[in-house]
Amino acid sequence: MPKLIDTLGNLVDNAWLQLPKDATLDHVVQSSSKLVLVPCKLWLAEKASLLATGKTFGVWFDSDEPVGPINADLALLPLLALNFPTFMDGRSYSKACVLRQQMKYEGEIRAIGDVLRDQLFYLKRCGFSSFDLKDSVKLEDAQKALKDFTTNYQATVEEPVPLYRRRA
Amino acid sequence: MYRYDQYDRQMLQDRIAQFRDQTRRFLAGELENAQFLPLRLQNGLYVQRLAPMLRVAIPYGCLSSVQLRKLAHIARHYDKGYAHFSTRQNIQFNWPKLPEVPDILAELAEVEMHAIQTSGNCIRNTTTDQFAGVSPHEIEDSRPWCEIIRQWSTFHPEFAHLPRKFKIAVCGTETDQAATQVHDIGLYIVRNFTGDVGFQVLVGGGLGRTPVIGQVINEFLPWQHLLSYLDAILRIYNQEGRRDNKYKARIKILVKELGVDVFRNKVEAEWQYTKDGPNTLTENEFKRCKAFFTDPVYDTLVNDDAAVSAKLNSDIRFNNWMERNVRDHKQIGYRIVTLCLKATGAAPGDLDAEQMEFVADLADRYSFGELRVTHEQNLVLTDVKLLDLPALYDALQREHLATPYTGLLSDMISCPGGDFCSLANAKSIPIAEAIQRRFDNFELQQQIGEITLNISGCMNACGHHHVGNIGVLGVDKKGEEFYQVTLGGSSDRQAALGKVIGPSFAQEEMPDVVDKVLQVYLARRQNNERFIDTYNRIGIEPFQEHVYAKAD
Repeated sequence: MPKLIDTLGNLVDNAWLQLPKDATLDHVVQSSSKLVLVPCKLWLAEKASLLATGKTFGVWFDSDEPVGPINADLALLPLLALNFPTFMDGRSYSKACVLRQQMKYEGEIRAIGDVLRDQLFYLKRCGFSSFDLKDSVKLEDAQKALKDFTTNYQATVEEPVPLYRRRA
Repeated sequence: MYRYDQYDRQMLQDRIAQFRDQTRRFLAGELENAQFLPLRLQNGLYVQRLAPMLRVAIPYGCLSSVQLRKLAHIARHYDKGYAHFSTRQNIQFNWPKLPEVPDILAELAEVEMHAIQTSGNCIRNTTTDQFAGVSPHEIEDSRPWCEIIRQWSTFHPEFAHLPRKFKIAVCGTETDQAATQVHDIGLYIVRNFTGDVGFQVLVGGGLGRTPVIGQVINEFLPWQHLLSYLDAILRIYNQEGRRDNKYKARIKILVKELGVDVFRNKVEAEWQYTKDGPNTLTENEFKRCKAFFTDPVYDTLVNDDAAVSAKLNSDIRFNNWMERNVRDHKQIGYRIVTLCLKATGAAPGDLDAEQMEFVADLADRYSFGELRVTHEQNLVLTDVKLLDLPALYDALQREHLATPYTGLLSDMISCPGGDFCSLANAKSIPIAEAIQRRFDNFELQQQIGEITLNISGCMNACGHHHVGNIGVLGVDKKGEEFYQVTLGGSSDRQAALGKVIGPSFAQEEMPDVVDKVLQVYLARRQNNERFIDTYNRIGIEPFQEHVYAKAD
């Protein structure tokens, strides 16, 4: 059972249809879903046609695809998803930070792909707001992992003020 | 020394609980090997040839006597009674049992130590000059800056899954004992014309398969911007560093492929978003960290002691030890003492539990309870009174820790090599020992003078062979161990990479090869030239001719 959780560890209903990397405009038109998560290549190539369908869109990025090209479209996109082809590919951590800190994106950023328990805490700190957990991850473990640490040193998306400005 | 407050302590407790649970899940079969691997690595735990190896951080080389006693206890209780000081100011235990590692971490936490990020593709233990704070030739004490970087890098959520490992060195002394230019980021503390402190920032240095000297990307970074600038460098590297090939994944390859100017521009552009933001360092934070590294209460003394002078005249061995292992101190009447862990027959950098406790006692008695660990795998007592030196020497002598070879041929850097490490192509320790035995004569070594000989058992270069005046690299040729020799490397301010002298040698040839190299040097040197000076003047050819000359 796929499990989608938010930063508090609550189960969230996933109403989005995620299309594969090689999806075409036809896939979108033929699907009955109103909420479609499209690969970034499709979005960049077919933006106008996609919007003409009247559906609501999110865009997902593979780890080697930059987020910069959708800068002008952020207001149209309530969901962005960043893929982890393997949990050891850390590029999407920086991308989430860039989206939040530089591009000022305030919608949902979802971690998809190889999303495991032991990475959740860091993902949350980098500005991810939902986690599409791998099947093998137990819900209660994931909920625990989101509370692995009680305090942190760095300035991050979640806590923009570093500890040295907060130290008692 | 830095002392933990409630925040630092809490983080360490949280980490131990986290790792205890990860270990439990792994042992219970709930966590796959591939998933556990990076987790254990970021806690310093390798699986080695014979057993796991646990690498414990000694942040920027500062160690208290209390901590050293704890390390002795761990060596005795959880290991085989000894441990190995590495070239990155870490200490390695070679025989811990995986189920006991969480307990070891809990013991370490009692003395404010840990194994966080001592391995894995993350920001590693920041290193510095072992004489920081006591050297008479210092621009600025690097330790507060190292602590600030330690905190910034510890559990940095954005940089826990970098393309490859990442090492930062900070140097505030004129001589540079930190090999600063062969780090992913090297930071030289500098003052500008108005006397303000800042950093000259180098990137893309490193050893390993592709050795590179770092290049300057910022001549003067005002100290307030240190962390936002580091964030910018790491963010570029994390996104653009190669992930398709492990051997091309270090930042040095990215800097090379982009060119240093393009890389610098990318960092500058990235930095504009965070410069002057909340990550700007405050005067208060600098003062808070600086306050942990104030001078101890020194006695008012003189730079002269009758008993020391008498012993210098009467005891040649003491004289030798003074000359090699004792350095000037910024405070009148005090000296810096190096304990050279290179006694012939002992593995370089190894210390057993009894020796650790003995050294801890000496630190308490003679050096305000503090020590330093060096990247040359030695220990340092930083604040010893001149008048205490005869007593300290006698004590060290009894435990075979008064080896007077600091900076000489026997003071080799060597990785643990094929005897322990599963990555190694060849053994290192027996080579070191064979060379030490051949030259086990102080007068001879003194005559040769200052020289560095670095040995690595494989091209991962843990023994820093590229930057040894003489470098030795273990290579595998059809299943047999051979050794490639390089000449002319150096890791100081005039950093240089050694040149390969020619075809590699069998293990038993190595002492002869070193002997021949030194014969050329001794025959050709002018005045008081060091080996490296002669080499730089005459080049590699005379050495090649002699080493490979056919016997008549």
